[in-house]
Amino acid sequence: MPLLDVRHLVKHYSRGGGLFAPPPAVVRAVDDVSFYIDEGDMFGLVGESGSGKSTTGRCILRLIEPDRGEVAFRGENVLEFSRSRMRLARRDMQIVFQDPYSSLNPRMRAGDIVEEPLIIHGLGTPGERAARVKELFELVGLESAHLRRYPREFSGGQRQRIGIARALALNPALIVADEPVSALDVSIQAQVIELLLDLRARLRLTYLFIAHDLRLVENICNRVAVMYLGKIVEMGDTQALFRNPSHPYTQALLSAVPRLDPDAPRTRIEFDSESFQRETPMREIGTSHWAAV
Amino acid sequence: MTPLLDVQHLTVAFERPGSALKAVDDVSLTIQPGETLGLVGESGSGKSVTALAILRLLQPPARVLGGQILFEGRDLLQLTESEMRGVRGGRISLIFQEPMTALNPTMRVGDQIAEALTSHGVAKGDARRRVVELLDAVRITDAAKRARDFPHQLSGGMRQRVMIAIALACRPPLVIADEPTTALDVTIQAQVLEMLSELKDRFNLALLLITHDFGVIAEMADRVAVMRGGQLVEQGAVRQILREPSHEYTQRLLRAVPGMSKR
Repeated sequence: MPLLDVRHLVKHYSRGGGLFAPPPAVVRAVDDVSFYIDEGDMFGLVGESGSGKSTTGRCILRLIEPDRGEVAFRGENVLEFSRSRMRLARRDMQIVFQDPYSSLNPRMRAGDIVEEPLIIHGLGTPGERAARVKELFELVGLESAHLRRYPREFSGGQRQRIGIARALALNPALIVADEPVSALDVSIQAQVIELLLDLRARLRLTYLFIAHDLRLVENICNRVAVMYLGKIVEMGDTQALFRNPSHPYTQALLSAVPRLDPDAPRTRIEFDSESFQRETPMREIGTSHWAAV
Repeated sequence: MTPLLDVQHLTVAFERPGSALKAVDDVSLTIQPGETLGLVGESGSGKSVTALAILRLLQPPARVLGGQILFEGRDLLQLTESEMRGVRGGRISLIFQEPMTALNPTMRVGDQIAEALTSHGVAKGDARRRVVELLDAVRITDAAKRARDFPHQLSGGMRQRVMIAIALACRPPLVIADEPTTALDVTIQAQVLEMLSELKDRFNLALLLITHDFGVIAEMADRVAVMRGGQLVEQGAVRQILREPSHEYTQRLLRAVPGMSKR
């Protein structure tokens, strides 16, 4: 059984409308999205802005309520959970946000930010929590001497480590990492990625890694899904998908990534959004490789 | 050959009472006519401050402490403010990272391009005609109609094309582009970069391309200068820097780029 099994997830927004406005237009932010993540996977969900990748991540954690579908975590559909049951489930499913500048409360000390989830979930005595926070600080490579500092006193990379420590406080099994390094400089990115990979091995974590950086995803994820306008258009083992991209959008996306070799041949493939067929079903086109073609 | 731009020992400091932080520390670089120099570095490396210093757009507490910025035979640091206004946009123009904040939200984009022309002495009637030509040149379809749009009516990629049209309006020999595609999606980035190199050839522009992305460098640059902490650590031909970087920092930066080993 996969750790996470998302089936036919749908989230539509209507835009406009109102008494004197033309009828509202429906934005299909997440449109019948299905995928699964096995325990220990680093699953990459890639797409450009507006593809619905972040909305998908948030629907899984019910930070946004999806319209329809099923999100089975260890076999149980979390979309049917009551509020209190959902709160319990969130111990197992946590999120790391993109922007470590806006996602941490600037008026709280770093130690308190990391401790807060433990308090909310009523775990441990103050002494136990303090010990746990210290342990978490060390786990993510922060100095416990800095517990009483405020977020502004940390660099971007360190702030993201605080965000990661907070996400790990409750010992989750699944981390939804929503563009966790895209706000960081490249050398800092590499360090944070290394930390995420190291934590995966040490804590047996599973990741849903949401990203727009294809080079990064190719390097660290073992499975990938490509989203376009609310749809998954291609999905598979990283190697298979990158070696043999089969949906025209995937091909265009890959061909747009700047090559690091100035002498590499440049053949850019354009994707005509007019030609996009939303209703084409996914089919298996190779071993562990599906595409909507 | 005389370089188009010859920056010598440029030093810029952020002055505070009792201390001065050198944001740019003794930086020297040259750009030949028609050449693309990639200026790479991480945040705080001083790459954007260098660009602003060249255009004399620094705001206090930043101040140029020393050096020369030779451009077309003149030291820009010695020009009067009104002479500098002729240089900005006329001889050297700037493309910013974030077109939404760089464009005026209350002005039609056609008027903003026209303003770049009329402020450098082009007559209004000529400016109107040139605006449509420029929008065509940056491949905005239906240019005459689009000229009447406001920035918020355009997509991010289109706005960046408008910015490029403004930058190219007076056919300056040097364009400084500060992270011109960083805010764009990768497919849009590819289109904008492709268009930029095409226009560069067509107008024989020199380009100072500021970026943190070695992929963009590999696609665009002839030569590369690497900055760190205000200092230039390495400068050379793009193939040499990407394949055999000699400075330890450049090597580290390149190793941090995902997929460097494979692609």
